[in-house]
Amino acid sequence: MIYDPIDIALLLGKIALVFFVILTLAAYLVFAERKVLAWIQDRKGPNRVGPFGLLQPLADLIKLLTKEDFRPIGADKWLFYLAPAMAAIPAIMIFAIVPFGAPLTLFGHTVQLQVSDLNVGLLLFMALSSVAVYGVALGGWASNSKYALLGSIRGLAQLISYELSMGLSLVPVVMLARSFRLSDIVNAQAGCWFIVYQPLAFMIFLISIAAECKRIPFDLPEAEGELVAGFHTEYSGMRFGLFFVGEYINIIVLGGLATTFFLGGWHGPFLPPAVWFSAKVLAFAFLFIWVRGTLPRLRYDQLMHFGWKILTPLALVNILVTGWWLVLRG
Amino acid sequence: MKILSDIAALVTGMWITWKHIFRRPVTIQYPEEKRTPYPRYRARIVLTRDPDGGERCVACQLCSGACPVDCITMQSAEDKDGRRYAEWFRINFSRCIFCGFCAEACPTLAIQMTPDFEICKRDIMDLVYEKEDLLIDGCGKSPDYNYYRHAGIGVTQPRGSGAEEKPPVDVRGLLP
Ligand code: SF4
Ligand code: SF4
Repeated sequence: MIYDPIDIALLLGKIALVFFVILTLAAYLVFAERKVLAWIQDRKGPNRVGPFGLLQPLADLIKLLTKEDFRPIGADKWLFYLAPAMAAIPAIMIFAIVPFGAPLTLFGHTVQLQVSDLNVGLLLFMALSSVAVYGVALGGWASNSKYALLGSIRGLAQLISYELSMGLSLVPVVMLARSFRLSDIVNAQAGCWFIVYQPLAFMIFLISIAAECKRIPFDLPEAEGELVAGFHTEYSGMRFGLFFVGEYINIIVLGGLATTFFLGGWHGPFLPPAVWFSAKVLAFAFLFIWVRGTLPRLRYDQLMHFGWKILTPLALVNILVTGWWLVLRG
Repeated sequence: MKILSDIAALVTGMWITWKHIFRRPVTIQYPEEKRTPYPRYRARIVLTRDPDGGERCVACQLCSGACPVDCITMQSAEDKDGRRYAEWFRINFSRCIFCGFCAEACPTLAIQMTPDFEICKRDIMDLVYEKEDLLIDGCGKSPDYNYYRHAGIGVTQPRGSGAEEKPPVDVRGLLP
């Protein structure tokens, strides 16, 4: 296989762009979350650092970087150090398969606005999202602390309840697009978004990704009210920061995936494709923040009941109905 | 259908929080915006003077005794005319809980609470206020009260000439 240097340069450029945009966006999502939650609670939110508090993420970063890097006695050193990376890296890797804009033509090359257009992209997403929960599990286990351990146990219990329904809710998407490739899925929605055909699958996916990125009402592994901070109780400084930013990267990435699977990806009238994509992703982010400002936390047996007794059977029925419909339509 | 009412509850909740996003925040931006405390707000303590300009405090130790955290100390002394005063008077504001018991206990209305709550200091020792820091040139919240006009002992005026006071009775003149 011969690689053209321009191709490689473009690829590296795309990776750098994705890293920069995602990390900045994640930092500002933290800020946006604090602001919106404050507005919901009739407060003003952070407004002291810079104009309208816009430099707050920078101040937070400096604070996290200068904090003591603490490791509890009896913690499993290597796992303790590995876990934050395991939570953040898979999250950002998933974005490699998300198409965030229409293909461009640069220097006579067609550039997919997507880091890598894998033909099993959807499966890669499922695999990586399961890896991400190892960060939670190992972080809690390695900390040698009961709160952290309880948090990670809940994380795992949560994983087995939502992963299945998340996977099953994506099967109709694959059936409609007839491909695991994300660019094909987006192109299949050029005419009509899949949310129109698959509102039920969309709802199931939405609930599952709320559980996936550990957001209220499914923030059981963290559960500030009960478990101090759950699996990252013992973390400090930038290691905590990685867990934290990983959660927000997850929101962006999963919002991007929900957009890709159900809301037509970058398709949309008038505005440029990348703008449509960002708008949809930010709408998801806002929805998550809004839900967090509204709903209480579930118990984890409730989540498991909900996952196994409601979401999974519904997703299965949905697959059957989609299958019949596709057969009848021919 | 239970599920329908559940969904309705969710939507209602989301609608309420949505409306609150557009409400005006109730936050008061403290250093820039300050609200005026009520006149009876309990903060920094002062020692007041009576309308004649004399110190009201008679160093009776009642405030010190009433204080639940023991943050008032003083040394009493007596003037040549018999009027008592505090040689020194010290309140440790780093311990004071601003309960106002001292002001309640004071028989001369000398010690009073003011609404000035901004007494933070960099050095905790600066929060120990001495008599010079506490004493003000004014009557505080009770402008007309003068303890010695009511006390009925001949310190600032001869016996019997105080307010609401009858002249002393010559007990010998009552003999049968
Ligand atoms: S306000 Fe309460 S705590 Fe403070 S000096 Fe008076 S009695 Fe003591
Ligand atoms: S301030 Fe009032 S209670 Fe305290 S010693 Fe003086 S007169 Fe007595």
